[in-house]
Amino acid sequence: MLKLSNNPIVNTSAKLAVTAVIMFAFVFVVMVPLYNVLCDVLGINGKTNGQAYTAVEARVDESRTITIQFIATNNAGMPWEFSPTKTAMKVHPGAVNDTVFFAHNPRPDAMIAQAIPSISPSRAAKYFHKTECFCFNQQPLDGGSSAEMPLQFIVDQDLPRDIGTITLSYTIFDVTDMASGALAAR
Amino acid sequence: MGDHHHGPAKGLSRWLFTTNHKDIGTMYLWFSFSMFLLGGFFAMIIRAELFQPGMQLIEPAFFNQMTTLHGLIMVFGAIMPSFVGLANWLIPLMIGAPDMALPRMNNWSFWILPPAFLLLASTLFMEGGAPAAGWTFYAPLSTTYAGPSVTYFIFCIHVLGLSSIMGSINIIATVMNMRAPGMTYMKMPLFVWTWLITAFLLVAVMPVLAGAVTMMLMDVHFGTSFFSAAGGGDPVLFQHIFWFFGHPEVYIIILPAFGVVSQIIPAFSRKPLFGYDSMVYATASIAFLSFIVWAHHMYTVGMPVAGELFFMYATMLIAVPTGVKVFNWISTMWRGALSFETPMLFSIGFIILFTIGGFTGLMLSIAPADFQYHDSYFVVAHFHYVMVAGAVFSMTAAIYFWLPKWCGRMYNETMGKTHFWISFIGFNLAFFPQHFVGLAGMPRRIPDYALQFADFNMMSSIGAFIYGASQILFLYNVIATIVAGDPVSDEKVWDGAEGLEWTLPTPVPYHTFETPPLVK
Repeated sequence: MLKLSNNPIVNTSAKLAVTAVIMFAFVFVVMVPLYNVLCDVLGINGKTNGQAYTAVEARVDESRTITIQFIATNNAGMPWEFSPTKTAMKVHPGAVNDTVFFAHNPRPDAMIAQAIPSISPSRAAKYFHKTECFCFNQQPLDGGSSAEMPLQFIVDQDLPRDIGTITLSYTIFDVTDMASGALAAR
Repeated sequence: MGDHHHGPAKGLSRWLFTTNHKDIGTMYLWFSFSMFLLGGFFAMIIRAELFQPGMQLIEPAFFNQMTTLHGLIMVFGAIMPSFVGLANWLIPLMIGAPDMALPRMNNWSFWILPPAFLLLASTLFMEGGAPAAGWTFYAPLSTTYAGPSVTYFIFCIHVLGLSSIMGSINIIATVMNMRAPGMTYMKMPLFVWTWLITAFLLVAVMPVLAGAVTMMLMDVHFGTSFFSAAGGGDPVLFQHIFWFFGHPEVYIIILPAFGVVSQIIPAFSRKPLFGYDSMVYATASIAFLSFIVWAHHMYTVGMPVAGELFFMYATMLIAVPTGVKVFNWISTMWRGALSFETPMLFSIGFIILFTIGGFTGLMLSIAPADFQYHDSYFVVAHFHYVMVAGAVFSMTAAIYFWLPKWCGRMYNETMGKTHFWISFIGFNLAFFPQHFVGLAGMPRRIPDYALQFADFNMMSSIGAFIYGASQILFLYNVIATIVAGDPVSDEKVWDGAEGLEWTLPTPVPYHTFETPPLVK
């Protein structure tokens, strides 16, 4: 056994204190990254990949048609008008599809927003590839202006056959304070 | 030191600077009892508001502060410190040690607690009020939507976590190094065993809680996004971290209670504990399983089916070692020469009511059924059966059992039995109907409810008032015993009690086992 001191009481106590410190560090260096890695690898929690996807082979499976529904939600206190221009699309797996979301900032000041995606059913998350998405970056909008924000995606040919409808939900958050802090720090 | 023993110092400094395990145990017990009354007072406010449907007495925001503070104070201020107090008093006496291994740290573990809770209680007077996110303080309720009191709350959790960790290190160091000659691990009284295992749980998970609140602190004040989706974090992560602490925490609360009951049942059955070895292994198994079942508190967050199944089966597995314990207590009583003094009544009440709470826990462990029960009053009923009828009943039993030994005076038996029956009836009246309103769909943590729940809620409130009032009787009985109880001088206050603490003179002297006893 590891011996930290010749006094047995100090030895036991020191080992326990070290254990407590390790457990504290465990939360930060193991639990948080592990949670994110697991969500990513297993595609659970409806989290889609934050990076653009590059298609490996462009084989379009015309035998299947998948309905993609779009939902836009504002986080509490977010004043933007935010909506999909088309609420649903019918697509073939493997095909490249484009759509746009509409955003309008009604405030007089410039604001910065971040959209967070979520997929339902969560099982479909790893078969839904975005090649271009406004959610990859923070979206600034001047006061009173509007924008059409593009989304380009491919549904994987390997999508389980029992899934006929995928719902893609975006929640838009006001990150003006956070982002401007980051800008000032730069 | 001459040939006479030093008595305690005089005046306030005795309590401020004491390193005596008995003094510190006493302070822990009085502190936790005062917190029990404060948390109980908050519960009375909650039940008064719920006495009738509609908004009667308090604002919804204040109601939320009451449920939050009630939970936090009862878990961290009343139940946990009361068992630490009991451990301080009893572990050295039970293993034949002169004191705890680290007496000065012991003093500090206690004295940082009152300021921590003062800080928490002071938030009631802050602008924006006390924390109101529930005792589980899920993010983002406790981060994005919390008032300025959240920082006080976080500091309070840090301090009491530190206190618990130091207390646990002390207990483990004492048990591992200071047992009397001949006191092998498998000869230790079960109360010592359950506390040893509890202390290991505490060292492992209190830092996790500290990590969770540190992340909250960073999210609130330093611009990180651990739990904020806008910055790439995830609120569900908070629930995983919280319950990774929170589930072992419920066993931290209940294992010492198992230990207490395992001491009291044999004493009044006048038989040794049935299945001592299996009790030890069952306790260790429960402690191990407590680390792999946390997500059964969050079946409805949208876990994959494989996850739900794993946590469901692992949770159900806990019923096996717990069942072993209940079986052993009943087998201990089987054909024993039973007598029903107050500690025994509370212990039997514990077994019956804790088993009911265990069964509702088994119902809650079934993931598909939990989708109905989740966040309903059924859950409230379940955890009050295990926390109140489990931990608090066993704690009450412990006070009646060891108080005569500690102070050399007998409590009033009639008053004790009256306390038991009022508690038992009041408790069941308060919490049994909550099973039904929960199954019928009444959500927890709301200040108002649909009309069809009115009658059961009124019963519940009356029961809660009765249970609350019975604690005043308890307080009176304890003070009356200490001040003017009938003197007892038998070493064995209870004829069936076994263990080293009953070989000492009654009342227990200030210093004990300065020469270690020999255990055969």
